[in-house]
Amino acid sequence: MDIELMISSFPKLLNATLITLKLLSVSLIVGLFIGLGFAILRMNNNKLINKFAYGYSYIFRGTPLLVQIFIIYFGLGQIEYLRTTFLWVVLKEPYWCAIIAFSLNTGAYTSEILRSAFQTIKPGYLEAGRSLGIPSKIIFTKIQIPIAIKQSLPAYGNEIILMLKGTSLASTVTLMDLTGVAKYIISTTFKPVEVFIVAGSIYLFMTFIIHNVIKYLEKKYGFQT
Amino acid sequence: MELLYFGDKGWGDELFFATLMTIAVSITAMIIGFIFAALFTPLKLSNNKFLNSIGNAYTTVIRGVPELLVIYLFFFGGSGAIMFVASIFGYNDYIEINAFLTGSFSIGIISGAYSTEVFRGALQSIDKGQFEAAKVLGFNKYIYFFKIILPQMLRLAIPNLSNVWQITLKDTSLISVTGLVEIMRQSYIAAGSTRDPLFFYSFAAVLYLMLTFLSMQLLNRLETKYSKGY
Repeated sequence: MDIELMISSFPKLLNATLITLKLLSVSLIVGLFIGLGFAILRMNNNKLINKFAYGYSYIFRGTPLLVQIFIIYFGLGQIEYLRTTFLWVVLKEPYWCAIIAFSLNTGAYTSEILRSAFQTIKPGYLEAGRSLGIPSKIIFTKIQIPIAIKQSLPAYGNEIILMLKGTSLASTVTLMDLTGVAKYIISTTFKPVEVFIVAGSIYLFMTFIIHNVIKYLEKKYGFQT
Repeated sequence: MELLYFGDKGWGDELFFATLMTIAVSITAMIIGFIFAALFTPLKLSNNKFLNSIGNAYTTVIRGVPELLVIYLFFFGGSGAIMFVASIFGYNDYIEINAFLTGSFSIGIISGAYSTEVFRGALQSIDKGQFEAAKVLGFNKYIYFFKIILPQMLRLAIPNLSNVWQITLKDTSLISVTGLVEIMRQSYIAAGSTRDPLFFYSFAAVLYLMLTFLSMQLLNRLETKYSKGY
């Protein structure tokens, strides 16, 4: 055991954790909106719109995240037309490519979580709302959304942890996140166990925090439905 | 389409064998995972606090740390660990472990953690009376486990195990960083030499979709078979 290496690599790894957290928070926020959008599309009665939303979530959940990042980072740059548009400013940066891939990926999972949450709401609540003469927009924002949030919290907590682990793939497109820096230190010092313990503990610490925040929120919003 | 021809001109045959490699790694990893699950599930259910904490540590650490980091640990540390063990027995030459073994072992450890949780959940939801009845009737250990507990556990575990299979299948794409030629690595090579990454990575996505679709069909059949009689 090389304790000195563990101590000296700790600040470097902690610094890289900032990038991991940035990637995680931005893609979770964007992904939540994408997920909500597609969950609403999934509940649409039009078959075509429904199929489209289902196809989106099927494709993104059925392929590895690594393929998605590679298509966006290496693949899209190949289209000549894209290079002339303003999109190219975004797509040539590995940081934004990673965020686009993560957001689309977590959006697909989130849409499934939200859809099942919306569908488990008992019809009685909506009927009660309608018979009281509440406009459907307010039924959606004040009745459906709060219940759906409560229903989807445990599954969404898992999704956040999966996404935290997913951000490690950013290191494959040259981003120096926690895993990227850990790999760099391992390949220069050839001390995989020590670096794994330090980097792994940082990840476990973050998982622990997320787990407890979700638990707290579940308690706070744990009204009976 | 020319890019997909079989033979020297296209990449069809290479990608075909790469797909077989992905399937082989996934199945091997799944089996290694079952071995780990068989070892750790009893620990997680044990009343002994020490054994219990070993079981919990395994599932918590593996499920809380990115797959890629675990793969790097085994990729860079695997041959070192084996050489260390070999040096105790007086063998000091350089040993290189095969990428297939490192890959399936690291993915296997990951899928084992998920399988452990699935088996634990399934065992815990079997009615207690079943255990007691089997004991009271005086069955020997073999019948007790294989004829009474296991069939009931499998029925409950199979839907969740098919999720574990999906995760394992998708995780194998990460082994490409160690140089094992599976779908992802082959697409990377093909994309590099033809300068057509969009086509090859999209094709890789199609291959993965096909694999997940076909395996779900098979697993659904298995699920209906095992839920017979309930």
